[in-house]
Amino acid sequence: MNAVYLAQDPTLADFGRDPWWLVLIKIVFAFVFAVLATLLGVWFERRVVGYMQVRPGPNQVGPLGLLQTLADGLKMAFKEDILPRAADKVVFFFAPTISVICAVTALSVVPFGPMVSIFGHWTPLQVTDVSVAVLVLLACSSMGIYGIVLGGWASGSTYPLLGGLRSSAQMISYEVAMGLSIVAVFMTAGTMSTSGIVAAQGDATQLTLFGTEIPAPGWYAILLLPSFVIFFIATVGETNRAPFDLPEAESELVAGFMTEYSSLKFALFMLSEYVAMVTMSAVTTTLFLGGWRAPWPITLWEGANSGWWPMLWFFGKVIALVFVFVWLRGTLPRLRYDQFMRFGWKVLLPINLVWILVLSGLRSIEDWDTRGKLIAVGVPAGVLLLVTLLWPSRKPQPRVTVQEQVNNRPHGSFPLPPMDLQIPPSPRTRRVVAEREPANVTAGSESREV
Amino acid sequence: MTTQTVLAAAGGVSGGEEVTFWILAPLALIGAIGMVAARNAVHSALWLVLTMLCLGVFYVLQAGPFIGMVQIIVYTGAIMMLFLFVLMLVGRDASDSLIETLRGQRTAAILLGLGFAGLVGGGLYRALEGTTAAGLTQANAEGNVQGIARLLFTKYVFAFELTSALLITAAVGAMVLAHIERRKQDKMDQVATMKARFRPGNYPGPKPGPGVFATSSSVATPARLPDGRLSERSTPEILPVRELTAQEVSPKGTDK
Repeated sequence: MNAVYLAQDPTLADFGRDPWWLVLIKIVFAFVFAVLATLLGVWFERRVVGYMQVRPGPNQVGPLGLLQTLADGLKMAFKEDILPRAADKVVFFFAPTISVICAVTALSVVPFGPMVSIFGHWTPLQVTDVSVAVLVLLACSSMGIYGIVLGGWASGSTYPLLGGLRSSAQMISYEVAMGLSIVAVFMTAGTMSTSGIVAAQGDATQLTLFGTEIPAPGWYAILLLPSFVIFFIATVGETNRAPFDLPEAESELVAGFMTEYSSLKFALFMLSEYVAMVTMSAVTTTLFLGGWRAPWPITLWEGANSGWWPMLWFFGKVIALVFVFVWLRGTLPRLRYDQFMRFGWKVLLPINLVWILVLSGLRSIEDWDTRGKLIAVGVPAGVLLLVTLLWPSRKPQPRVTVQEQVNNRPHGSFPLPPMDLQIPPSPRTRRVVAEREPANVTAGSESREV
Repeated sequence: MTTQTVLAAAGGVSGGEEVTFWILAPLALIGAIGMVAARNAVHSALWLVLTMLCLGVFYVLQAGPFIGMVQIIVYTGAIMMLFLFVLMLVGRDASDSLIETLRGQRTAAILLGLGFAGLVGGGLYRALEGTTAAGLTQANAEGNVQGIARLLFTKYVFAFELTSALLITAAVGAMVLAHIERRKQDKMDQVATMKARFRPGNYPGPKPGPGVFATSSSVATPARLPDGRLSERSTPEILPVRELTAQEVSPKGTDK
C-alpha cells in the first residue's frame, strides 16, 4: 500500500517534461477552474448566506439559480464604463488586470492531484512546481496588492485613495503573519515545493496501539495547529473577506478602492476577489489539509490516493474551506480598523514567533535520549507553570457605591432625580388596556401570517 | 527548474532561457529609463517596479530561484509599496520641475555618476580578477535554498545578525522619533470623557453653529445669543471674529 502511494507522488524531477500541448491544457484548465469557481462561488455564497438568513437566495435564473452569476456578469459587461476625469487613465486601466493576473497565477503551483496518465503521458496534475513554489504563492499575493493600491490611487478621488491605502496596509500586515505560519510548514516538511509538502503530509508514522497499527495524522493542520489557525485567519485578512472586509466597508467607505470602477473593470475586481478566495482555500488545503490526499476513512480503500480520484478529495476540501469563508461572513460583524491591526500585529505575530521558537526547540531535541528530552521539555514547562501561578494578581479595587458616587460629584453638577423614584402608572394607559379587546380572538386568519 | 539548473551548470543556454531574456531585458531597460524620465513620481515608482520584476525573473533564470522570489516579495512587494504609500499621501500632482536650482547641477551629477560607476566597476573587476568560479553544481549541491541557508547561518551569521540589528535600530529609532506616547493619567476613557463633559462650567450641548442668527452664513461670523450678544464659542479659535459692516449688509441693488 505504501509503495503505491510513493509511486503516485510527483517529485520535482517530474516537472518540466510535458509536451507543449499538455502544458497548454493544464494552464487552460487552471484558468477555467478559476473562472468557473468564481461563477459558482458567487452563487454558492449567496445561496449559503441566504440559507443562514432564512431566505431563499437567488433561485430564478437557471436550475436552483445557478446561472444567476452569469446573468449578472453579462449585465455588468453591458453597463457604461465610466472613466473619471481626474483618473490616471493607464494605471486606472491596468489596476484590475494586475489583481486578476496575480490571483490566477497563484493557481499554477497548486497541486490538484498525483501523477496521472493524460493521452499516454505520465504527468502530475499540477501546472508546474519549483523548489520555492510557496514563495511564488507569497509573491503573487504581494503583487496583488498593487492592483488595489493603484486602483485606489488612479481613481483620482479621496475615498478610493483612502480605501486603497487602508486595504494595502491591511494586506501587508496580514502577509507577515501568513508568511510566518508557513515557516513552521517549511521546518516540518523540509521543502518549499507544494508537491513536496503534500508528499510530506502523506507518510505518517505508524502508531502501534494495543497490537493494531494506527496511522498517526500526517496533516499539518493537526501537527501544527497554531500555524494552521493563524494561517487561516491571515488568509481571511489577506483576501479582504468578512469579518476583515475593511477595504470595502460599505457603511464607512462607500466601496473602498473600487468606488470609481464600473462595468467590466469592476467585474475584474470582483473576479479577482473570488479567485483569491478559492486560491487561498486551495493553498490552505495544500499546506495544511494534506492536499489531494484522501482523509482517513477513505484511505482504507487502497486506490483512494491514485489516479483521478484525489482531484475529488481536493475539490471537496476546497469547497469545505470556501464554505467556512462564507460561514464567517454570515456570522461575524466587521472589526474596527484599529482592533483589526492590533489583532494582527499584537496577537497573531507574537503567538506565531513563540510557536516557531517552541517548534524549532522541539525539533532540535528530537535526537536526544528520553531523559534529556524530558528535562528539556519539563524544565521550561515547569518554569512557565510557576510563573503563571505566582504572577502577581491585580489588586481588587474597592467598589464605590452609587450613593458615594453621587456624594462625590462636584458642586453645581446636573441635578439627579431621587434614586428611589417611583413612576406612578399612567391612568390613560390603564384605560386603553381596559378598553381593548383580547388581541388574538378577533384577529382573522388572513392577518395571522404577518 | 531542475532542467534549468542542470543547463545553467553545464554553461549552456536553453532556448526558453534565451527567449525569456530577450523579452525581459528590453523591458527592464525601458523600466529603468522610464523611471528616470517619468514626470509623475508614482509613474516613476511603477517603472522601477517593472525593472525589479524583470530582475527577479532573471535571478530565477540564473538558477537562483530563492533570491529571485525574495527580490519580488521584499523589493517589489514591500519596499516599493512603502514608497508608493508615501508618494500617494504626498499627492498625485507632485511632479518634479525640470528647472535647475543649482547652476551646473545636471552636468556635475552626470560626471559624478559616471565616476562612481567607474569606481565600483573597477573595484569589482580588480577584486574578482584572480578568483575562479566554483560553478553552480557546487553551490547548489544540496539545493538552492539549503545552500543559501547554510552560508547565511554559518559563515555569514555575524554579518547577517548585524544587518538585522541595524535595521531594527533604524525602525525603532524612527518610531521613537515619530510616536507620541500619552502618559497613562492623560488617557481619557469613556467615563472620564463623560464626566469632563458634564462638569460644572462646561456646557454639555452642541456648540451653536456660526452664522446662526447672524447677518451672514460665513464661518467667521459668530452666532448671536438670544439676548443679542455674540457667542465666541461658535467660531473656530484660529479665525478672527468678523462682523459684516452695514455697507456690506445693505442690498447691492443688483436684484430686479
